Amino acid sequence: MLGLLVIWAGVSFGFGILLADWLDQFRLGGYKLGFWFSQQGSILTFVVLIFVYAWRMGRIDAVHGSEEKEDVIVGLDDRDAS
Amino acid sequence: MSAQLLTYIFVGATFALYIGIAIWSRSASTSEFYVAGGHVNPVANGAATAADWMSAASFLSMAGIIAFEGADGARYLMGWTGGYVLLALLLAPYLRKFSKFTVPDFVGDRYYSSAARLVAVVCVIFISFTYVAGQMRGVGVVFSRFLEVDIDLGVVIGMAIVFFYAVLGGMKGITYTQVAQYCVLIFAYLVPAIYISILLTSNPLPMLGLGSTVADGSGYLLDKLDGLTTELGMTAFTDGSKSTIDMLFITAALMAGTAGLPHVIVRFFTVPRVRDARISAGYALVFIALLYLTAPAVAAFARINIIDEVNGLTYQDAPEWFLKWEDIGLIAWHDKNEDGKVQYRGGAALSPTKPAFSEERGEFGQRLVTNRPTESDNEVYIDRDIIVLAHPEIAKLPNWVIALVAAGGLAAALSTAAGLLLVISTAVSHDLLKKTFMPGISDRQELLYARISAAFAICVAGLAGIYPPDYVAQVVAFAFGLAAASFFPVLLLGIFSTRMNKEAAIAGMLTGLTFTFSYIVYFKFLNTAANTPEYWWFGISPEGIGTLGMMLNFVVAFAVSRVTPPPPQDIQDMVRAIRVPGETQVRDIEATSEDTLAPASRS
Repeated sequence: MLGLLVIWAGVSFGFGILLADWLDQFRLGGYKLGFWFSQQGSILTFVVLIFVYAWRMGRIDAVHGSEEKEDVIVGLDDRDAS
Repeated sequence: MSAQLLTYIFVGATFALYIGIAIWSRSASTSEFYVAGGHVNPVANGAATAADWMSAASFLSMAGIIAFEGADGARYLMGWTGGYVLLALLLAPYLRKFSKFTVPDFVGDRYYSSAARLVAVVCVIFISFTYVAGQMRGVGVVFSRFLEVDIDLGVVIGMAIVFFYAVLGGMKGITYTQVAQYCVLIFAYLVPAIYISILLTSNPLPMLGLGSTVADGSGYLLDKLDGLTTELGMTAFTDGSKSTIDMLFITAALMAGTAGLPHVIVRFFTVPRVRDARISAGYALVFIALLYLTAPAVAAFARINIIDEVNGLTYQDAPEWFLKWEDIGLIAWHDKNEDGKVQYRGGAALSPTKPAFSEERGEFGQRLVTNRPTESDNEVYIDRDIIVLAHPEIAKLPNWVIALVAAGGLAAALSTAAGLLLVISTAVSHDLLKKTFMPGISDRQELLYARISAAFAICVAGLAGIYPPDYVAQVVAFAFGLAAASFFPVLLLGIFSTRMNKEAAIAGMLTGLTFTFSYIVYFKFLNTAANTPEYWWFGISPEGIGTLGMMLNFVVAFAVSRVTPPPPQDIQDMVRAIRVPGETQVRDIEATSEDTLAPASRS
């Protein structure tokens, strides 16, 4: 989890703000790289981080044999999460 | 059909839909009223969270701010999405495991203290009202411009709708209404963006259109925009003008604030299982990202179109949208060089920046202002809040798209207002009455009090709409600062530190809230003349001060917890149990916590 938080801070505070001016010398298609991170890249990374975390924690729960039993609602999420 | 008639049809149809859903899903018990019985599907909860949390500020204001500030606007983009990472990784699953109805409920039980619960209630009510006030201006703007009714009447209509489904439906009604509102608002945001993206860049995906080449073959869109802005003496679009430290602090305050906002956290109490809370935060961010990845594109497109349309415009040939927004006072033109043409340049046109209109008209028919002109060549004031609403007209899109945007803006404002009002009413009926002053009341009575306080909160919010505050996004940004400074540290330490006790929590919350509140009030209301970087502490603006308040809260809480007795053993055991994987153990703790932790017997 610590690793995920490091990535979280890295793409936003790091690439998006502190290093943005320096990264702007590189380009990603029509974007300056620092500008892209601060306006779109960081958001895309955040989405990935949350799903990676949910997937990892789901696995930890399974290993501990405490798979939750309360199946009130069986929906899309059950396929995704387990 | 005219844009106004279409707007009536679209707004009327969506309102009918919301009321229909409210009747279908009305709440019968407090559990349904507070957390929809805890039976909401995580995908539905994700959509509801997205609508709950994307307010008039996200929908109406954000793209406008980015359009005018360029790179600096990133603080909203990152701040309002990055908070979900904190929420999903550090708070939502644990709070869900604790199985409570409200945030003060968690604070009161975790810190075994009615006093802590009361402080939390005060924070919740304060934050939520600040935030609601921001929504009401959005409702007023949409109504006055598109339905051409009086702003006050517009606010009253909006309040009546929210009253109906929030008071009747509670969380259950609100949740399913919000799912519908999400669909309306995202559709309304994407359709004009896609339209304009195709017109400008030939790329049907606005998120990618931002990085594409312009359709007329003059290179990349962002390069063209940088060229245009520099040429007119404005800051280049992809360059920022805010200091790095201020950007850092504002972004951090918005992130921690998002994670600490009571109306967002409470949404994660509505899903059936802990792992649903985790995945639900992911869905919420996907739904939010859909709008947030589009917003910078909308901003850049709008800036290009506005420069093209406005600069060099002869006032007598001004398009209808320009005149209508001028009529309601959100555009102003002061003809400094008296040539009858609009010069759009860098810098503010007027001093003070916001126009104050006299009753008279100038020689070209423009509304005259009483503000002093500035040294700058810029002659035009354009309110940032109008960009999203005005852009479809500026880009000459068909009338139905314009009507759709109006309905979307209302969906965004109403969904957030409803979520906030519910949090306020719950804080009063559950935390203040049931858990503190009137522990003997029955479920039915508590439900009645919840409805009464929701009704009362709606009336207060309505007043805020009739006497609206400043920019929507800025007002809302303060709510985030306060949430970051009060709740975030207390929740985080409450989950991850067994040593955190009630003294530390109360001291921390009060320090954070008082400090942040005083700083904001001083610079924003008492001494507005000093609201410049030279006078700010460490160069941190009032918008970003929540981060410093949060740090103070952490420090104070840590220090106080070391010099006061540790919490009772059962609390420490409970904190450990919250972090154990799985759910079974906590079900037992939840059952006993009601008896052993009843605040009246403890503190």
